[in-house]
Amino acid sequence: MLRLLFLIPFFPFAGFAALALGGRRLGRRAAVVGAGSVGLSALATLVLSAAFLISPPRGYAYTQTLWTWMKVGGFAPGISLYLDALSLVMVLVISIVSFLIHVYSGSFMSAGEGRRFFAYMNLFVGFMLTLVLADNLVLLYLGWEGVGLCSYLLIGFWYKDAANGRAARKAFIVTRVGDTSMAIGLFLLFARLGTLDIQELLRLASAHWQAGSGLAVAAALLLLGGALGKSAQLPLQTWLPDAMAGPTPVSALIHAATMVTAGVYLIARTNVLFSLAPHVRLLVAVIGAVTLLLAGFSALVQRDIKRVLAYSTISQVGYMFLALGVGAWSAAIFHFMTHAFFKALLFLAAGVVIKSLADEHDMFRMGGLRKQLPLAFWTFLAGAASLSALPLITAGFYSKDLILWDAWSSASGSGWLWAAGLAGAFLTSIYTFRMVFLTFFGRARARAGSLPGFSIKAPLVALAALSLAGGFVEAPGVPLLSRFLHHALPPFKQAAGIGAGAQLVFEVIAAAASLAGIYLAYQLFLRRPAGAGALAASSAGGLLHRWWFSGWGFDWFYDHGFVLPYSWLARAGRSDLPDLAFTGAARLAAAAGRLLGRTQTGRTRWYAAGIAAGAIIILLLTVN
Amino acid sequence: MILAWLILLPFAGGLLAWLAASRGDAWPRWISLIALLAELAALAVLWAGFARGGSLAAPGRWLSELDLSWIPALGARFHLALDGVGLLMLLLTTFLGIIAVVASWEGIGYRTGFFHFNLLWILAAISGVFLAVDLFLFYFFWELMLMPLYFIIGIWGHENRVYATLKFFIFTQASSLVMLVAILGLYFVHGRASGNYTFDYLKLLGTPMSSFTEMALMLGFFIAFAVKLPVLPLHSWLPDAHTEAPTAGSVHLAGLVLKVGAFGMLRFLIPLFPHAASDFSPLAMTLAVAGILYGALLAFTQTDLKRMVAYTSISHMGFVLLGVFAWNQLALEGAVIVMIAHGVSTGALFVIAGDLQDRIHSRDIDRMGGLWSMMPRMGGAALLFALASLGLPGLGNFVGEFLVLLGAYQASIPLAVLASLGFIVSTVYALWLVQGVFLGVNRRKLRLPDYNLRESAVMAALIVVITALGLYPQPVLNTARGAIKKLSGYAAGYHRPHKADPGAQPGPVAGVRRQGGGS
Repeated sequence: MLRLLFLIPFFPFAGFAALALGGRRLGRRAAVVGAGSVGLSALATLVLSAAFLISPPRGYAYTQTLWTWMKVGGFAPGISLYLDALSLVMVLVISIVSFLIHVYSGSFMSAGEGRRFFAYMNLFVGFMLTLVLADNLVLLYLGWEGVGLCSYLLIGFWYKDAANGRAARKAFIVTRVGDTSMAIGLFLLFARLGTLDIQELLRLASAHWQAGSGLAVAAALLLLGGALGKSAQLPLQTWLPDAMAGPTPVSALIHAATMVTAGVYLIARTNVLFSLAPHVRLLVAVIGAVTLLLAGFSALVQRDIKRVLAYSTISQVGYMFLALGVGAWSAAIFHFMTHAFFKALLFLAAGVVIKSLADEHDMFRMGGLRKQLPLAFWTFLAGAASLSALPLITAGFYSKDLILWDAWSSASGSGWLWAAGLAGAFLTSIYTFRMVFLTFFGRARARAGSLPGFSIKAPLVALAALSLAGGFVEAPGVPLLSRFLHHALPPFKQAAGIGAGAQLVFEVIAAAASLAGIYLAYQLFLRRPAGAGALAASSAGGLLHRWWFSGWGFDWFYDHGFVLPYSWLARAGRSDLPDLAFTGAARLAAAAGRLLGRTQTGRTRWYAAGIAAGAIIILLLTVN
Repeated sequence: MILAWLILLPFAGGLLAWLAASRGDAWPRWISLIALLAELAALAVLWAGFARGGSLAAPGRWLSELDLSWIPALGARFHLALDGVGLLMLLLTTFLGIIAVVASWEGIGYRTGFFHFNLLWILAAISGVFLAVDLFLFYFFWELMLMPLYFIIGIWGHENRVYATLKFFIFTQASSLVMLVAILGLYFVHGRASGNYTFDYLKLLGTPMSSFTEMALMLGFFIAFAVKLPVLPLHSWLPDAHTEAPTAGSVHLAGLVLKVGAFGMLRFLIPLFPHAASDFSPLAMTLAVAGILYGALLAFTQTDLKRMVAYTSISHMGFVLLGVFAWNQLALEGAVIVMIAHGVSTGALFVIAGDLQDRIHSRDIDRMGGLWSMMPRMGGAALLFALASLGLPGLGNFVGEFLVLLGAYQASIPLAVLASLGFIVSTVYALWLVQGVFLGVNRRKLRLPDYNLRESAVMAALIVVITALGLYPQPVLNTARGAIKKLSGYAAGYHRPHKADPGAQPGPVAGVRRQGGGS
């Protein structure tokens, strides 16, 4: 049964090929091909998951080699897939969420642009599934670059607008900086360990490298660079807010649910390397904590509903990094899963709002849409509740709460990390419900036009159900998910002397933070919106507001630190300086030729004088 | 004897094409196409035969050899020999030759007979370069390559062709003369030491000489090969020649002429002068990395589409130079893949640039933009080859560049790291190319036809090759392997730059050294 594993990435790739080569004949059927291929892939995933659970393969992992990619000496990466508990969870979430988003896109995108859109989307799903199923780092890198490419293509999907092209290029180039760091990491790992096969590599690394050794630190740092770029964490986070230029289903699929969590997957997959480099692991936690706070503040002041969600994604992925950094591997994957559900839902519901208001993104021009778009409202509310970790009834509560508890109680955790996470949770519920109140409550500032049809409603309802109930796979006391993941990930190490009773106290604190944030948002943005306006208008408030709004000025820094100098250098050197030496030599030769040409005057006495002068010089030379 | 036929077939085809031109323009085209298809078929049959017979894997022997007496007074023989790398280069040559003929099916409107004569003679001469193992014969073919190329650029080129041809000719001719001096130097050094005056490559291997002589002779070869490759700072003829050449000329320049430089280093320079080359390798590898970054930087800022692609060539060929001088199995096999992948991907970009010029009579990127909506097929092909250029995994260039870097990392970590930055700067120019030409708004309201069947077929062939090379390069790697082992055996005196790592550990590391060693 597991031999059918290759079908999971095969279907989307086949869908891409059909769409790319099918030509205009496909017409409206493009959506059927696009969603159908991903549906088949999701179906295959479900069947394989059942087979995996019913009769687990030996060692809880199954490898399928399709062919040897390249074999040079000892370097022989295969086109090989590796299914274990971790990749199974990833594949399940990716294929199901992708399928729902594809169904939604079928009516969201207009007929004329469907073929290209679904071709890119299918290609993306194929690469994403390859990324998580890869059994070696080179194939993983193929998926890694492939999803980056599709992200570029889909951010710039509406290519006539130059701004979209800029956003797309920015995303590709910034993530490529991280990817290059990762590639160097691969060179180092191969030079030192002689393989890039992930399981073999991890085995060799733990056998040959001391904890904290320079090589382990370097390898972990280089891989971390790749993860930071893809997952939009500090300092490579700047591309994600701009990536919102793409169609909303793209933001939901690539820039929320799947691709941006690839970095989390990479670190979880290579957890042994990070455990061998404790300082790097601490760095992961700190980056996660700082990112989640900075992005939270930025989300607080955005006007564009999609940019709020983008900063929120950066912030939530920050939680996952925080979890990875304290060794709470399965908590990170759990939050990846719930986040995929509720963030995809939020984007899709926001897409309905945006579309019905004729492409209006500004929340301050929305309002009161609760009555006009009831389904979008209720599903958005479910997603928002999950994002704000509303206690007990939402999936987001269980996953975020677990991360907060682990950040405190882990052997490598600390109160500071916990406090940052808690502050982030408070911020999260403020900006989330700011969004809810501005968009759906208050005075109606716009009239909703088109209303969603069934193929848009169904995915919203499905995702809403998952956002609320999806957390029960890891309810306290019944940790099904982490028990399953322990077949692939090392167990969580709790610090000594932490009582079980403490967990309840921390849960109550986290729940209180979430509720307090919602209440504050209610006060600030619904009861007395003037107060929030006055705060933003005060001079200090205005400064902070602008600073946060611009994403803490990172863009300015990169523009002036890298982009402008590079362009300047390129322009300055445009005429190819070494060439000037050659053209200079050519000019010199020509000038010398002209100069000597002058001597050819045709006058005999000049020639006679020349001969005489020459003779004298020769005589003088010979005499001496 | 088959080896001589491989050279004679395009020679004869070229002559026939010229003679048949009086019967109409279609004749030279069909004759060239048929001759090259026959050549490709012959090579494919040869390749399949070698692969089946297992002779590809056997190191230390030529796949096929032809040794005839030629000029006994000088000790020059008509000595041809084929190895795996040579076979791959011949396949590339013929494949790109076919692409060039089909791509310029309609673009060449005058003197078609002479055009195809020149086209096929370039191919014949280049095939000779890949086959000759007598230095005199090698030099003969080396020089023979220039004249037809000179005519192609000079007669069918664009506005500034006279300047470009002159520059191209002076650069290549001057550097070739330096190589001639070095060849003669080697001839006399060897003759004096052994009493046997010969140009035979196999006999000249391992000629004893002082380190100063070896360095001087090595540099003589290096300059000629470096101009062709091209190596910074000897590259500046290339943007002009590429830009002014007609499509077929650009394809030949990028795909093939640049490759003879790399091939020469691989087969002649390092095996003949291993000690001098290893002394020189830090500088050569530094120049390689500088070329990778410099070419990419300048490509980004060009507004002439062909000039831009020309600068990307400099960047890509830097990987070849890096791989050759890193001289281990990973890097060398990677360099061979880069040579082929670069020939295909850059050739494709030049074909696209030529097709655009045929349509809008301009190469100025600033005057393009938004062409995707009218020409999705061309746009898709351009996107794919731009992605190949930036090293997207799954396409051929990635395999080569990754292997080169993997090998170079074992030779020099800092240089490999710097070369890896090529991944970033190549992204900048490749995306800029796609944006400038195909995305954005079609401001000039151009109305252009998309690819027709012939043009689509050209692109399809190129796409199939670059994708196959990216996903299953093993047949190519297997073909190159025996030859590379053989060359490594010749160059046993080449000590690739090693760095001793303080943190080196026993066990798996030793394994890597052995596998990566290549000898």
